[in-house]
Amino acid sequence: MIADIWILATASLVAISCSMVGVFLILRRMSLLGDAISHSVLLGIVLAYLITDSRSIIAMFIGATIIGLVTAWLSNSLHKLGKLQTDASIGIVFTWFFAMGVILVTLYAGKVDIDQECVLYGEIAFAPFDTIIFGGNDIGPRAFWVILGVFLLNITIFILAFNRFKLVAFNSGMAISLGVSVTFWHYLLMTMVSLTTVASFDAVGAILVVALLIIPASTAYLLAKSLKSMLIIAAIYAELSVLIGYALAVVLDSNIAASIGVVSGVLLMITVAVLQWQKKRTPVSVF
Amino acid sequence: MNKLQGFELLEPGYWQLFIEFWSFVDVNATWVLVGTVLLGISASVIGSFAFLRKRSLMGDALAHAALPGVMIAFILFQTNSPLVMFFGAIFSSFMGLFLMSWLPKNTKIKPDAAMAITLSFFFALGMMLLSYIQGLEIAGKSGLDKMLFGQAAAMLPSDLYLLSFVAVTILITVIIFFQKFRLIAFNLVYAQALGFNMVLYETILAILIVTSVVIGLQIVGVVLMAAVLLTPVAAARFWSKNLSTMLFTAGVIGGVSGLISANISYMAPAMPTGPWMVVVLSVLFILSFLFAPERGLFSNLNKQHKLRLKVREENILRTLYVLNERTLQPANQEIQLNYSFSLEDIMKSRSVGLGELQQTLKRLCVKGLIVNMPSQQIDIKLSERGMDQAIDLTIRHRLWENYLTQKVNIDAEDVHGQAEKVEHLLTEEQTQQIEQELINQSTKDPHGKLIPVSRKIKKELSHDS
Repeated sequence: MIADIWILATASLVAISCSMVGVFLILRRMSLLGDAISHSVLLGIVLAYLITDSRSIIAMFIGATIIGLVTAWLSNSLHKLGKLQTDASIGIVFTWFFAMGVILVTLYAGKVDIDQECVLYGEIAFAPFDTIIFGGNDIGPRAFWVILGVFLLNITIFILAFNRFKLVAFNSGMAISLGVSVTFWHYLLMTMVSLTTVASFDAVGAILVVALLIIPASTAYLLAKSLKSMLIIAAIYAELSVLIGYALAVVLDSNIAASIGVVSGVLLMITVAVLQWQKKRTPVSVF
Repeated sequence: MNKLQGFELLEPGYWQLFIEFWSFVDVNATWVLVGTVLLGISASVIGSFAFLRKRSLMGDALAHAALPGVMIAFILFQTNSPLVMFFGAIFSSFMGLFLMSWLPKNTKIKPDAAMAITLSFFFALGMMLLSYIQGLEIAGKSGLDKMLFGQAAAMLPSDLYLLSFVAVTILITVIIFFQKFRLIAFNLVYAQALGFNMVLYETILAILIVTSVVIGLQIVGVVLMAAVLLTPVAAARFWSKNLSTMLFTAGVIGGVSGLISANISYMAPAMPTGPWMVVVLSVLFILSFLFAPERGLFSNLNKQHKLRLKVREENILRTLYVLNERTLQPANQEIQLNYSFSLEDIMKSRSVGLGELQQTLKRLCVKGLIVNMPSQQIDIKLSERGMDQAIDLTIRHRLWENYLTQKVNIDAEDVHGQAEKVEHLLTEEQTQQIEQELINQSTKDPHGKLIPVSRKIKKELSHDS
């Protein structure tokens, strides 16, 4: 029972953090870069494991953030120097990094504490057993505290710099003319994507993060009228996906992370269907 | 010592496997090789068209979308026969294609987000079903997770026959419809105007992309299939802009990556094949990007460097011309270009660093464009050939100034800067064209300076008379 609560708490934090970062990815039309970064952080995590020979959280964060930023930077440079389309250069970079990550995981399977399964699924079901001992007390799962830290960090940055993010998200041209460094805010957002992905990695794996980054935020995009409401709606959809997804996983005895991803997609489809139905019911005014 | 022994034991083992693989004694391994190479070729050729249609990552979404189809087919028919899996994958891949294009058309979701939604939703569905299947008691479920990263060595002959058949069919179809596909890729609107049934050919192209993604699943896997479609053509683009050559190069790159990864898969059967294939492709891409002649990064940098040097040299020649012109008394007499100047003179009339100037002069000396003054270079004087070039440059500069003021109506004060750049780039033909266009040609530039006459023409004139 306590294990269930820990799992739900961790999954909720993962889903809400991802959906809030995802809102900005959607608004800045960078869903694919988010997808790319969430794949390539795997390489950063594995390299951090191999270099420090430990599961140090700090090393993992540093490794993944560096690789995440390198992905964003390299895609951009390939786009400019090689005159390739943006999505093509993104695709080349992230598949390359992810492939190297998977190869390293397989080569050092004994040494690295992650395996292919974990990359794909995450292991949120085992999260409650990997706990942190603090001052002699068992204070709960490691994954929970890691994602809680990133969640608080994201919230703080968003609250402090809400107006800046809003400006850059909706009108980057105007931001440039006001002297705001769009590049800085771009790479800050990419850093947040990397951190959130790493923190979620233990729980949901490298690929299902994409579902949580993009799907609730897209659903919110269909409904919201302002940035604030979009963030709130995205968080609500994310939380709903977690609750229903967990129930589904229990019923089907399927993987928790995958079920959460599926439910978030189904919620999107339902929302789209309802919106389409409403559109048909309201007569289209000709004038 | 221990380490060394382990190393020695390991090496011959791999070497032996390598030889075994290439002597084709293992029939299954040879089939794996054939299948992987064919897959590499067909996927990269068909991926080229997706790339040219600016849908580079379509393959990524379609590959992920195929996963739930495989799982559902397995649950429904309780068999892992290749054909059942194949049609299951094709079906759900098409569902993905539909969702991906329906969402942006009917809601405000943007195409890139629609792609990411399709990809992650179908993948999550596939993974959920896979984990559900793991709990069931059905024979043959163990091969299913190989779909994620691919495992060429684990493939059965029946899988490989189907794969090879489909890959060859794809290649033949591409050859048959080559002209139509080329039109779609480069100029869709034009193709429609010509009255071709573009929906038909677009559908054929989509079917081919989906099928090549689907046959790649067992070798490359869902997650990385996108790279096999995309990376070869991106690399091939640095080698040629001609479509046929580009497709051929992409095919070769895809084939080579298939060859190498089939070999790796044989030597280390536990290794997933997909990531190796992608790493090989990435290496080939980076090599092409850096070293391809004409379009590679280094070739471009080299070209830029050469151009920079050429501009510097020509600037000095021009400066020498202007300095000669200034010394003329009276100003309108014919120019001789035989005065000598010092470094300081040059630096006064053109902003250039001393070191750069000396290096440039040295190169001009080597080329024989200025009269050699090896020891001190105080007296800098144009050679005969240097004079020719200086005159030609000045002609181009001043003609361009005239052209801009007369034809483009730019103010005489603003034309110098532009002419300063264009004088290095105009070819002889272009110069002649400009000369012909300026009918009421004056012999002076907008600033009232004389436009010299090329020495070649002068000689011809004197021969004639």
